[in-house]
Amino acid sequence: MQEKVYGYWLPIDISTHGATVDWLINWLHVFMVALFLGWGVFFIYCLVRYRRRANPDATYDPIKGKIAKYVEYGVIVVEAVLLIGLSMPLWADFKHAFPDESDALVVRVVPEQFAWNIHYSGTDGKFGRTAPEFVSADNLLGLDPDDPDGNDDFNAINNLHIVKDKPVIAHVSSKDVIHSFKIPVLRLTQDAIPGQDIRIWFEATKNGAFDIACAQLCGLGHYRMRGQLTVESEAAFQAWFDEQSGAADEEDEFSF
Amino acid sequence: MSVEEIPHTVEPHPITGVYNGKFGIWLFLASEVMLFGALFSTLVLLRVGAPSWPQGSELLNVPLATLNTFVLIASSVTMVMSWASLKMDNFGRFKLYLGLTVLLAFVFLVIKYFEYTHKFHLGIFPSTSTFYATYFTMTGLHGLHVVGGIIVNLYLLFPGSKLWHTAPEQFANRIECAGLYWHFVDLVWIFLFPILYLL
Amino acid sequence: MAEHAHGDHGHHELPFWQKYVFSTDHKVIGIQYAVTALFFLLFGFCLMMMMRWQLAYPGQPMPWIGTLFSAVNMPEGIMVPEFYNQLGAMHGTIMVFLGVVPLAVGGFGNYVLPLQIGAPDMAFPKLNMASYWVFYVGGVIMLASFFVPEGAAQSGWTSYPPLAVIAPTGQTWWLWGMVALITSSLLGSVNFIVTTVQMRAEGLSFFRLPFFVWAQFVTAFLLLLAFPPLEAAGVMQLMDRIAGTSFFMPSGLVVTGQALDVSGGGSPLLWQHLFWFLAHPEVYVLILPAMGIVGEIVANNTRRPLWGYRTLVYSIVFLGFMSFIVWAHHMFMTGMGTTISTFFQATTMIISIPSVIILTAFALSLHGGSIRFTVPMLFCLAFIPMFAIGGLTGLPLGLTASDLHLHDTYYVIGHFHYVVAPGTIFALFAGIYYWFPKATGRMMNDALGKLHFWTSLIFMNGVFMPMMFVGMAGVSRRLYDQTQYAYGAQVQGLTAMSSWSAWLLGLAQIFFIVNFFWSMRKGKKVESDNPWQATTLEWATPTPPPHGNFKDTPRVCRGPYEYSVPGASSDFIPQHASDNGQVDQPESEPAPTPADDD
Repeated sequence: MQEKVYGYWLPIDISTHGATVDWLINWLHVFMVALFLGWGVFFIYCLVRYRRRANPDATYDPIKGKIAKYVEYGVIVVEAVLLIGLSMPLWADFKHAFPDESDALVVRVVPEQFAWNIHYSGTDGKFGRTAPEFVSADNLLGLDPDDPDGNDDFNAINNLHIVKDKPVIAHVSSKDVIHSFKIPVLRLTQDAIPGQDIRIWFEATKNGAFDIACAQLCGLGHYRMRGQLTVESEAAFQAWFDEQSGAADEEDEFSF
Repeated sequence: MSVEEIPHTVEPHPITGVYNGKFGIWLFLASEVMLFGALFSTLVLLRVGAPSWPQGSELLNVPLATLNTFVLIASSVTMVMSWASLKMDNFGRFKLYLGLTVLLAFVFLVIKYFEYTHKFHLGIFPSTSTFYATYFTMTGLHGLHVVGGIIVNLYLLFPGSKLWHTAPEQFANRIECAGLYWHFVDLVWIFLFPILYLL
Repeated sequence: MAEHAHGDHGHHELPFWQKYVFSTDHKVIGIQYAVTALFFLLFGFCLMMMMRWQLAYPGQPMPWIGTLFSAVNMPEGIMVPEFYNQLGAMHGTIMVFLGVVPLAVGGFGNYVLPLQIGAPDMAFPKLNMASYWVFYVGGVIMLASFFVPEGAAQSGWTSYPPLAVIAPTGQTWWLWGMVALITSSLLGSVNFIVTTVQMRAEGLSFFRLPFFVWAQFVTAFLLLLAFPPLEAAGVMQLMDRIAGTSFFMPSGLVVTGQALDVSGGGSPLLWQHLFWFLAHPEVYVLILPAMGIVGEIVANNTRRPLWGYRTLVYSIVFLGFMSFIVWAHHMFMTGMGTTISTFFQATTMIISIPSVIILTAFALSLHGGSIRFTVPMLFCLAFIPMFAIGGLTGLPLGLTASDLHLHDTYYVIGHFHYVVAPGTIFALFAGIYYWFPKATGRMMNDALGKLHFWTSLIFMNGVFMPMMFVGMAGVSRRLYDQTQYAYGAQVQGLTAMSSWSAWLLGLAQIFFIVNFFWSMRKGKKVESDNPWQATTLEWATPTPPPHGNFKDTPRVCRGPYEYSVPGASSDFIPQHASDNGQVDQPESEPAPTPADDD
């Protein structure tokens, strides 16, 4: 029996940091609904009790509103707790607690209208130099042909393969307009901004194939800028990785 | 009588101490501060973010801009004098000084024109670099404000000055407001000049 | 009513075009604004109803309507993505800048504010007229942009570069249109502030101002100070598009395989900062006048003073001030660091407090009232919970951790539409039903109004509530076809439900349109100048108010909401009533203070 991936609420979470995000979203909604219902009961009570027929003469003096005051203080406290206790630590973790590059899979995410270029460094573990002037139909990343580091680099278009339980560091950038790298099951959104190289990290905890989406309007093909995230075992990943990298290397040798 | 005059068009409001027009022009200037403030912030952000930024004094014509600074300051002085002349009931001197203000504004634009066309002859356009983009955009927008000032002042100098004979105080108020605007345009240039040309 | 209007008015009949077209009378201008804005609201709504077809039935030809469009936009009735993006961008632009703001500020502000402060007109009537006509030109430019090659702007109402800079000509038209609209609201805001400060009637101190006037006053400051940075940004984007500069274009762009020939060195994020520095206060420009309207109508229909009038005023001023320092919460996912995001998260949480206070005050005002469920009151009562939903759903978006998942999803769309559509637009409907008798001398039809209300309430929720779940599932906004994604296909049913609700909501507006025009000619005539038995000064004028407004300059003796004062002979004492009786305890008000500077 396969677990349901997507539904009417949050999709399944396969990331290490997602649990906090989900916890926050779920409890925030409990808090919101409770506040709304509690307040709604008072609202409806007033509408019924103080309708003209039941209460022909209004009172001039205001009610004290002590409870309202306490509710407001409560709201302030809850917001402060959520902000300081949850949101800030998670964000700090997401922004600063990067895993060591040697323990992580490092990729470059360089979207263009309307595809995700996923740049892998190949078996040598070094990214080749890229520059706009080298971009062509069979070199979408613009790899410098004279840079030996780039020989075994490969571009897995619309295909992000990662290893289960191994952190991933992604350098997110863009070739043309602003895109946004969104993977709902990883609770991840990162704008891809041309001219910037933004480092993010995440770790997946479940094997499977999931959707990558663009979350920032990037033109007429925005809606079909779909990529696939494949989370697999170390062995499966390595096999795929070596094959791709070798193919890239060979191609280079033929062309020179 | 159902139709009445709008209060405080001429006489100041007892509490705020200003008439409507003056209050309005100050608010307008506040929004202008936000407009040019956004442009100056842009300049700062782009400059801080750029790997290298040229020295304005090496690319732009500092002597001409210095001359223009004095021209604008002089026009601000004549603007004040024209208002003061009205307050001293001297309509002829007012016309002279306001005419001078307009003339100086034209001088400023002519100098600006030479600066621009010289750049164009050298093949330098706003698209050349981000430095020139900010230079042309900011001085261009300032130039449009100068043109706006000229139009207002010309109106007040010729057809608008008829008001002096029917409502002298209201007319003096208009000159005061036009003056406030003109000083602001002057002030913007006084910020633009060092930031673009000297730094 | 007629004898008032035509009493001693015959001696300076203005020619038609001066009286109704190029009028300087704030009431005529207000009506011009309102009618134009209502047209644009309907137009923007139609754009959205077309988009909803594509969303509900992706790639299927649109019945009937599809055949009316050119083969470029809708070949064989099937909408192309470019056209979808145009509709999306223009829906946002038109609803915000040509619909809601002109109706709330230009329409109600112009018509009601001078009346409520006892002024004969706005401080600068000619400027007021100019403001309307510049707005009109901006609207025409926006409409005309649909007919330029490759159509209207299609980079979203936010127009993020580089996409907007490399977009077709329509974007240039959009920018010119925006320059006109910004200039218009600038002229308007100067006028509102000066009028409020300088022209209040004798005795009308700042703390006797109706809440509506306070709301408009704060709004005017937001418009005055927040719009110019967008104007600057618009000028720079125009330069990028026309003169080839690179304010927002970084180096090394490669578009569809071609290196872009620009000098580079610009910053795409700079646009976002300048845009949101405007557009967040803009959200409050949308909501504050609505709160003002609700305040007036709630007090009038509960027959008791608004709860915590001073608290409300302080809250709204604080809200206006805070709205300037929350803008970057729209940009949490642009790679923002911890320090800046903490600051903006904190300000975002803080700004929710005055909103909660305002809603609470409205709810507490009901307690002890004698509630009349008139049509305007129904819309206001719906505003309160609807705005609450809109406000509450802002919380998960205001915290970076939860925003990681919800950013730029349909949850955002649901959130701000709850604020603006069943929130603001309901309040604006309430305002129309409430002030219609003042402007025309006739009441709007009650039965049609109630039909309009209940159908609108149900379908509004039918449109926006599903979006919360669609967003929660992870569906990005601005997608031409969400079924491309597995999680989008999963919730496609909800999206179709939104669409059906939207079309039914469109049908429900027929009740309003019929009511509006029918009541203008055939509605029940008002029996007095004050049909709602209200306290504020606009009801002290003849109906409809003549040029110059008041027969005698009113003198204000008390606060704005003296309803059900113990011992008074009637349950309301107008602000200007000189007959004090034994009930009047003159408040020891300090002299009117100069303008609060926010």
